[in-house]
Amino acid sequence: MFGTLLRVAWTNFRRDRVALSLTFVLPVIFFSIFAGVFGNQRGSATRRIPVAVVDQDASEYSKALVAALEAEGALRVRTTRESEGRGGPLDRAGAEALVRDGDFPVAVVLPKGLGETRKFWGDTGTAAPRVQLLADVSDPIAPQVVQGLLQKVSFTAAPETMATAGLAMFEKYSGPLTSEQRASVDQWVSSMRRNRAAGSSGSNAAPAFGLPIDLVNVMQPGSGDTATISFYAAGIGVMFLLFSCAGAGGTLLEEEESGTLGRLISSRAGMSGVLAGKWLFIAMMGMLQLAVMFTWGALVFGLPLLPHIPGFLVMSAFTAAAAAAFGLVLATLSRTRAQLSGLSTIVILTMSALGGSMFPRFLMSETMQKFGLVTFNAWALDGYLKVFWRDSPLLDLWPQVLVLIGLTVAFLAAARMFARRWETV
Amino acid sequence: MKRYGATQALAGASIQLYAGELVGLLGPNGAGKTTMINAIAGRVRLDAGAVRLFGRTLARGDKRPELGVVPQELAIYPLLTARENLAAFGRLYGVTGADLKARVDWALEWSDLKDRAREITKRFSGGMKRRLNIACGLVHKPSVVLLDEPTVGVDPQSRERIYEMLAALRGAGVSIVLTTHHLEEAERRCERIVIIDHGAIVASGALNDLVSSTLGAARTLTLTLGQPLPVDAVVPAGAVIDESRRLLTSQVHDVGADVGRFLAAVNGAHGEVVDVAIAGSTLQDVFIALTGRELRE
Repeated sequence: MFGTLLRVAWTNFRRDRVALSLTFVLPVIFFSIFAGVFGNQRGSATRRIPVAVVDQDASEYSKALVAALEAEGALRVRTTRESEGRGGPLDRAGAEALVRDGDFPVAVVLPKGLGETRKFWGDTGTAAPRVQLLADVSDPIAPQVVQGLLQKVSFTAAPETMATAGLAMFEKYSGPLTSEQRASVDQWVSSMRRNRAAGSSGSNAAPAFGLPIDLVNVMQPGSGDTATISFYAAGIGVMFLLFSCAGAGGTLLEEEESGTLGRLISSRAGMSGVLAGKWLFIAMMGMLQLAVMFTWGALVFGLPLLPHIPGFLVMSAFTAAAAAAFGLVLATLSRTRAQLSGLSTIVILTMSALGGSMFPRFLMSETMQKFGLVTFNAWALDGYLKVFWRDSPLLDLWPQVLVLIGLTVAFLAAARMFARRWETV
Repeated sequence: MKRYGATQALAGASIQLYAGELVGLLGPNGAGKTTMINAIAGRVRLDAGAVRLFGRTLARGDKRPELGVVPQELAIYPLLTARENLAAFGRLYGVTGADLKARVDWALEWSDLKDRAREITKRFSGGMKRRLNIACGLVHKPSVVLLDEPTVGVDPQSRERIYEMLAALRGAGVSIVLTTHHLEEAERRCERIVIIDHGAIVASGALNDLVSSTLGAARTLTLTLGQPLPVDAVVPAGAVIDESRRLLTSQVHDVGADVGRFLAAVNGAHGEVVDVAIAGSTLQDVFIALTGRELRE
C-alpha cells in the first residue's frame, strides 16, 4: 500500500517540471546568491573596512603610519582621489566628500607637523597637531576599528620614532644621557629601524612595543570562511525545505478537489494511510532537496560536506521528517490552494526570520534568541551549526533531534485531526 | 437520516438493490442523491439508519471491498497514464500480481482505452476521461457499483459507449445504482427508477408502474393544424393550445372514443388537422408531476 502511494506521488512529481524546478533549482539559485554575497570572503576586498587616508605631513613617520595601515588585513586604504592609485594624492576636502557620499565610512587625516612633534605621552599642549578621523557615525563599527588600528600602528609602524621620543621625555626629567648611554640607545634605535625596513610588517608581525599576541582559529582550522557557507546552506535549505513541504502537502487539496482523495480514503489506505504515505514521500523529497543543495555548495563553494556526512544525514533526515509533517498540518488546515499559499508564506517567513534562516541567531539579542526557539528553524539550524561549525560529535545532536522528533509526532497528530473533515461529513 | 444544520439532507430515504439490477436514482438538485450515494459508500456519518451490504450491517469506517464508487468528478491522476491509474487504484483496493494485470487489461479493453493505455490522461478527451474514471472504480471487481452522474459532459457517442459498458457489467451480475439528470436515458436504460426529493423517496418502481400510479392511464393527444386556429374559435374543453395556435394537446383516457370526439370538435371550430400523434406519459412527466416545476438550488 505505501509502495503504491509512494509510486503515485513520485510519478506525479517527476512529470511535473514546475514542481521539479521549484524543489531543486530555486533553492540552489537562492543559496548561490547568498553564498556569493556573504561567504568565501578570504582575501576579498568587500569584507575589509574601506578607509581614506590623507597624509598632510609627508614625513618619514607619517609615511610609515600610512604603510602600516595599508598592511593591515582588516583595512582597504585609499590615499588618492580615485581608486587604484589614480588622480593624485587625496586632500582633506576630498576625503570628507568620500565620507559624506557614503563611499567610505571613515577617513584619517594625518596633520602637518605630526612627524616633527612625535608626542605620544605627556602634555601635548593645544598646539600639537592632532590626527583627525572623519567618520560616518551611522556605522558604529568602522570608526572604532580604524581608531584602534591607528593606535596600534602608532606603536608598531615606527618603533624607533617612539623610542626616540620616549628617551627625549626621559632626558627632560632625568637629565641628559651619558655618551656611552647615547651610543647604546643609538645602536638600539638603528636596530629597530633596520628590522622595520627588513619587511617584518603586516598585522601579524611581532611588535617592538606592546603585548605579543597570536590569533588562533579554534573553530575551523584551515577551513577559513567555508563555515559561513555552511550557515547559509543550512539557513536557506531549511527555509526552502519548509516551502517545498507546504507545496507538496497542498497536493492533498488538489486530490480533494479532483475526487482522487475520496477514492484513496475509500480504499485500504484510508485517511491515516494516505497521510502516512504523503508524509513519507515529502520527507524523502525534502532530504533529496537538502542533499542537492549541500552537494552544490560543496562542489561550487567549498562547503565541507564530506567530513560531515554522518551529521548531515542525521540532521537532514529529522529536519525533513519534521518539515514534511509541518507541511501536512498547513495543508489540512487550509480549504483551498490559495489559502495554503497565503498561510504558508506568512508562517514560514516569520519562522525563518525568528529562527535564524535569514540572520544568524547568535547575532540576535538574548531575548530574541530565546524567542526563536519556538520555531522549527532554530532547532534545525542549531543542529547544522553543531555539525558544520563546531564539529560536534553525533551524540551532541540529541537535543535537536529529540525536539525535531517531538515536533514530527505533534504535527502528524494535528494533521490527522484536521484531516478528519475529509473522511466523513 | 442526515441533517446538515437546518437542511434535512436525508429524511428517512431507503433504497434496496437486487443482484444484476440497474437502478436510476433521480431527483432535483439538492434532493439528496449524492448524500445517499456517499452514505452507502461510508462517507457520510448518518444521524440514524444503517447500510447493509450482502446481509452485513456496515459501521462507519468499515471497508467495503464489494463496493465500487465512481464519483461525479474525474477522479484520476492527470500525469499518470491510463494503465498507471488503473494499476494504482487496483493495488489500493487489494488487487495484486497476475490478477492485477488481468484486471487492468480487462478494464482497458472494457473502456475501449487499450490503444491509449500508455498515454498520460491529461491528453484524453472528456469522454475518454469519463470512461477511465468509471473503469478505475471497477478494477477491483466490485459486486455493487455506485455511479454519480457518469455521463455528464460527454458526447452522445461516449454516452452510448458508457451504457454499453454498464450493460456488460449487468450481464456479469453486477448491481448498479446511477444518478443522472438525463431522464430519457434513465427511462431507456434503467430497470427501476427511484425518485428522491427533500431527502425522502417519493416514488420507486418500473417506469410503467410509476406512470400509472402518478398520472394514470392517460395518453397525450397532439393535433397539428395546417393554419392557425382563429382567435375567436372555441378551443375544445380540456385542450391546451400553443402560442402559434397550430398545436393542440389534450389528455385522453379512452383513445377509441376521445380521439374521434376531439377531432370533430376541432373540425367544427374550422381547424384543418394535418397530423395526429398519441403518446404515453414519459418519465419527465412523472418527474415533474412528483417534484413540481419550481427551480431548485
